[in-house]
Amino acid sequence: MQPNEWLFIGIFLIVALILPAVPIFLAQLLNPKRPSKMKQEAYECGVETVGDAWVQFKVQYYLYALVFLIFDIEMLFLFPWAVAYNQLGLFALVMMAGFVGILGIALIYAWRKGALEWL
Amino acid sequence: MAEFLVSSGWNANLAQIVASVLGAVVLASFGLVWIIFSIWLERKFAGRVQDRLGPNRTGPYGLFQTFADVGKLLIKEDITPEGADKHIYNFAPILAVAGIIAIFAVIPFNHVWVGADLNVGVLYFVAVGSLATLAILLAGWSSNNKYALLGAFRAIAALVSYEVPMMLSLAVPVLLAGSMSMQDIVKGQSIAYIFVVPVSALIFFISQLAEVGRSPFDLIEAESEIIAGFNIEYSGMKFAMFYAAEFIHAFVICVLTAILFLGGWRGLGAGEPGYELFGFLMVMMKSVAVYALVMLIRNTLPRIRIDHMMAFNWKFLVPLSLVNLLVVMFLARPFVPDYAAAEAAVAAGGLAGLFGSIFGSGFIAELPRAVVLLVANVIMFAAATQLLHRYGETQRAKLGVKDVQPVRATAMASD
Repeated sequence: MQPNEWLFIGIFLIVALILPAVPIFLAQLLNPKRPSKMKQEAYECGVETVGDAWVQFKVQYYLYALVFLIFDIEMLFLFPWAVAYNQLGLFALVMMAGFVGILGIALIYAWRKGALEWL
Repeated sequence: MAEFLVSSGWNANLAQIVASVLGAVVLASFGLVWIIFSIWLERKFAGRVQDRLGPNRTGPYGLFQTFADVGKLLIKEDITPEGADKHIYNFAPILAVAGIIAIFAVIPFNHVWVGADLNVGVLYFVAVGSLATLAILLAGWSSNNKYALLGAFRAIAALVSYEVPMMLSLAVPVLLAGSMSMQDIVKGQSIAYIFVVPVSALIFFISQLAEVGRSPFDLIEAESEIIAGFNIEYSGMKFAMFYAAEFIHAFVICVLTAILFLGGWRGLGAGEPGYELFGFLMVMMKSVAVYALVMLIRNTLPRIRIDHMMAFNWKFLVPLSLVNLLVVMFLARPFVPDYAAAEAAVAAGGLAGLFGSIFGSGFIAELPRAVVLLVANVIMFAAATQLLHRYGETQRAKLGVKDVQPVRATAMASD
């Protein structure tokens, strides 16, 4: 086991950011640069672009995000419980089963309400 | 390494930083070098599946094809569309690769070769892996292209959804090993978890496949529908970075599957002191075996529709993984392996001693739990497939399809 693991993680993240930046930087040195008006237009199937892309979008994505968020918060409680699982008694087991069960009911609710349909 | 520098008169803190930097560079470069090989492997494999040779001109067996491609991409013009958000646009491909490479930091290649054996290793790789998802959103948003934005939204919706069954099935090995450290999960697998909880392994594999955006879940980058999706405006080396990120990710999911469910570096005596290299080869062999499965799936299954993909996740995988978690939760508790007692039993001899000398005492300790869970998993798997089968039949009846004819047979009949 290494003495300071988070130091390694920090350095590793920096190295991981630098490594892909190097070939992009190299390409900037080597590649030709002949920009033109036509070339820099957005490519949308060859049809001329109307307006920019930052427009309103479907609310459906938002619903998926909400359902995801509920489950993601559940994980926050689930993983510490799973780590301690081998030492836990029956009470903690039943409590977590109830917790997962409530989430199951939430899923059924979202399902019945049609939040999971792709429109 | 750090000890060596300290012994040769370095400052202890400085020595540790230098050792960490060197280790990080070696480990991260390993990921990038490996994809050069894995791209070649994949192209060769796809070629054989499609009854052609694949790359065979550049170098022996076309091994240098990837280098030729890199050379070509280096001298390609890099176009930034006008109206793009420049800083985010340039940062997205870097983040896509960095997020995937960062996963390598917690992967144990054998009992000593591990970047950092975090006690929250599982959470770390989930968290860092979702940086790649963020990169997709950044790329799609900053391109100022409606197709890119549409592709990015689709991708995010799909990736975020498949994260749920992935996490739920990931909780099972954590629960069985009683730890979130990747090393401890490997050490807990005297019996590989795929033989204990195959349903979790399958859910994990499927949802990871969706996270990578590999076929049959490759509609995220569907050329024919949304002209390649989020990376449409990227060209040259920046496009290559997205491409590289996908390949590294595809391999990383294989390594993760090998470590969490196939026993990692364990097996055939690997893991004993002095067998470091053998343990590393063990991980790589298992990973490549899983990778072969990924390639086979990619080359044989057609793409599924986005609404089917979402329905499959929310209406099948998530309920199944919830049920799976509940079943494992209640069945595993009475059979928590007692390694000390098993060791004593093996030492005492008899039948336990005989099996213990062959498989090791860890195997004896975990055997009762493995048998119970395996039986439960087989029943669960049979019920789930039966459910899917029934659903398919009712759907076909609703559409008025009598019975399904194989495509090949109908084509022959019309000849």
